[in-house]
Amino acid sequence: MAEFSIDRFVDRYAERTAGMSASEVRALFAVASRPEVVSLAGGMPFVERLPAQDVMEVAAEVMRDARGTALQYGGGQGQLALRERLTMLMAEEGVDADPDDVVVTTGAQQALDLLGKIFIDPGDTVAVEAPSYVGALTAFAAYQPRFLTLETDEDGMIVEQLEQAIVRGERPTFVYTVPNFGNPAGVTMSRDRREHLVRLCRESGIPIVEDNPYGLLRFDGEPLRCLRSLDPHNVIYLGTVSKTFSPGVRVGWVLADPSVVQRIVLAKEAADLCGSNLTMLITERWFSGEERWRAALADLVATYRSRRDAMLSAIDEHFPEAATWTRPEGGFYVWVSLPEWFDTTAMLAAAVERRVAYVPGSAFYPDDRGRDRMRLAFCYPTEERITEGIARLGSLLADEEQLYRSLSGS
Amino acid sequence: MMASLVDLGHEAWIVDPAESPLVESLGERPPELCWLALHGKEGEDGTVQRLLDLLGLRYTGTAAFDCEIAFDKVLAKDALARAGVPTPRWVVVEGWALRDLGAGAALGEVVGRVGLPCVVKPSRSGSALGVGFVDRAADLPQAVMAALSYSGAAVVEAKVEGRELAAGLAGETLEALPLVEITPKSGAYDYAARYTAGATEYFCPARVDDGTAATVSQLARRVAEALGLRDLTRVDLIVDDRDRPWVLEVNVSPGMTETSLVPMAAQAAGMALTDLCDVILRAALARP
Repeated sequence: MAEFSIDRFVDRYAERTAGMSASEVRALFAVASRPEVVSLAGGMPFVERLPAQDVMEVAAEVMRDARGTALQYGGGQGQLALRERLTMLMAEEGVDADPDDVVVTTGAQQALDLLGKIFIDPGDTVAVEAPSYVGALTAFAAYQPRFLTLETDEDGMIVEQLEQAIVRGERPTFVYTVPNFGNPAGVTMSRDRREHLVRLCRESGIPIVEDNPYGLLRFDGEPLRCLRSLDPHNVIYLGTVSKTFSPGVRVGWVLADPSVVQRIVLAKEAADLCGSNLTMLITERWFSGEERWRAALADLVATYRSRRDAMLSAIDEHFPEAATWTRPEGGFYVWVSLPEWFDTTAMLAAAVERRVAYVPGSAFYPDDRGRDRMRLAFCYPTEERITEGIARLGSLLADEEQLYRSLSGS
Repeated sequence: MMASLVDLGHEAWIVDPAESPLVESLGERPPELCWLALHGKEGEDGTVQRLLDLLGLRYTGTAAFDCEIAFDKVLAKDALARAGVPTPRWVVVEGWALRDLGAGAALGEVVGRVGLPCVVKPSRSGSALGVGFVDRAADLPQAVMAALSYSGAAVVEAKVEGRELAAGLAGETLEALPLVEITPKSGAYDYAARYTAGATEYFCPARVDDGTAATVSQLARRVAEALGLRDLTRVDLIVDDRDRPWVLEVNVSPGMTETSLVPMAAQAAGMALTDLCDVILRAALARP
C-alpha cells in the first residue's frame, strides 16, 4: 500500500476534484484480487466463454480486409457500418433507430461523461435511482450537480417520488435510470412505472437518460418495452456491447435526437477525437455473423442464468433470517439488505480475511446511505466458487450478528 | 529510493513479493542487505523480518520481535505505558471475549474508563483503516465492530484534541528530524484524509515553539528506545492545548518517496533523500 504523501499541487486542483476521495474499499480490493479470494465484487463479463476461434477469425478478417481504416483515425460519430449494426441490436429490444442518430462512444461510460458535460452546470439537479450505478454517479459528480435520489423497490424506481418532487418545484436537468436488471439492485422497472415515468417526464419537460447495458441478458420472464420506444423524443438511450460481446472493445453508444447527437459528437471530439476504428470494426464484424453472435449470446445467458441460480440457492441456504435480497430476472447482480446496524464497508475487511469479497452498498448512493447493503455479482465466478463464497459470507454474517448481540446486550 | 541507492554507488534491485515469491527471488540473487520498503501488515508486523532472519539476511529497520510489538497497538500501548511514555487512556476490547465470554456487558465500563469522545482502532492495521471516532456512547458498538473487522482486538482510546505531529528519527543514533504538523481539513486524520490529495495540510517545521519541539523530539527518542526501534521510524503524537505531548502510535516503515513525511522532514533539516538513505544504510550495515 502506498504511503501518504505531501501533495505539492494541493492548491492548484479544480474544485470538481474535491469529491474524488480515496476510499478504504479501494485498498481492500487490492487484496480481494488474490486468487484465493472468491470475488463477488467486480461485474466482469465472463468473456472466457466467447468462442475463441471465432473471435480470432473476426479480428484477423478486419486486419486482412480493412487494415487501412482500422489503423487510422475516424470520425467523431463512429463507423457508419457499426452504427447500422447497433440499430439492428436495438431492434432486438424493440427500439427503432436511425444510424444518423447514433454516436459510438468509448463504452457507455464515456456517454455518461459526455452527457454530464453537455447537460450539467454546477448546482443543477440530476435525478437518480437510489441505489444507482456508481459509474454514473462519479461521471456526473465531476460536473458538480446536486443529486435528487429516488427510492427503488422490487418494481424499480418509485416514480411517485419524482412526481412529488416535481410538485415541490424540483426540475431536474434529466432523470437517469437503468430500467432492466439495474446495477446494483438487479431490479427491473415494471410496465406501469415505465409508462408513468415516460408520461410524467414528457409533461414536465424533463429528459430521461435510459441506460440499458443488461437488457439482452434476460434469464426468465417477458421483456418489457424500453423507455426509448415508449417516447423516442424525450428519451436519450445508452447501449453497450460490453455485456453481449466484450468490454475490451470499449464500444458503447448514445441514441438521441439530432441536436443532442451533434453536441455529443463535438464533446467526444474534444475528449478523444474519435473512438478506436480497430475495435469498432471488430465489433461490426462480430455482429455481422447472425448465427455467431446469437449462439454466443445464448451461451452467455445460459451461463449467467445458472450462476444466478447457484447464488440464489446458496443465499437461501446460508444467509441469516434478518437479511433480504433481490431475485433478478437477468443481468449480473443480487442486492442484499441487512439490519441497519450492519456496516458493510467495515465488514469487507473481515470478509476478505475469510476470502470472499463484495461491493459495500454505500458506493451506490450519492449520500451517506447504503451502509447496511451489499452488491453480489454472479457473472464471473463458477457456480462452485459462488456457492463457496456465499457460504463464507453467510458464516461471517452469522458471526457479526452474534458479535452485535453481545455488544448491544440484546 | 532506488535512484538514491544507486547514486550512493550501491548495486540495488527490486524484489517485490507481490510479483514473485520472496524466498525464491532472494535465493537466486542473495543481497548483502535488504532495504525494506514494504508497507502494511506483513511488511511492518515482523513477518518479513522473521523470514529474513531465517534466511540469514540483514535488513534495514527494526528487528522482528520489536516490529511485532510496535505494530500491535494492544502490545505497543502497554509497552509505552510501562516505559512511562504518556499515551492517551485506553481499554482493549477482544473479539473472542465478546463472542464467547459475554464481554459486551462490560462495554459500559469502557466509556466510563476512557471517556468521550474516543477513538476506536483495530489492534493490528495500518493506514488508519478501520479507525472510528465516537462522540456518543450509543455509537460505540458499531465502531468496535468496524475495528474488529480488521483485527481480533480493538483499542478504545481517549481522543486528545490538539496538534497532530509526526516525529521522524533516522540513523544509527536515531537523530530527530524536524517535526511535521498534520492538519486534516475534515478534522479527522482518517484514511481519506491520508490518501486524498488536498484533504490534509502539512507544515514543516511544525508550528510549535522551540521548547515544545525539543520536548516532543526527546519523547520520540524515548519511544524508540523503549520499543527497540532502529534505523528509520516515525512516531505520531498529539500536543494538547496545554502543550503536553501524547504518543499515539509508531510506524516502523514510514514512506520514503520524495513527498512522504520523513523525507520532507529530512529536507527541512538540509538533508536530501540520498543523504537520508545513506544514514539509514550505514546504520543497518553497522550491525554485525
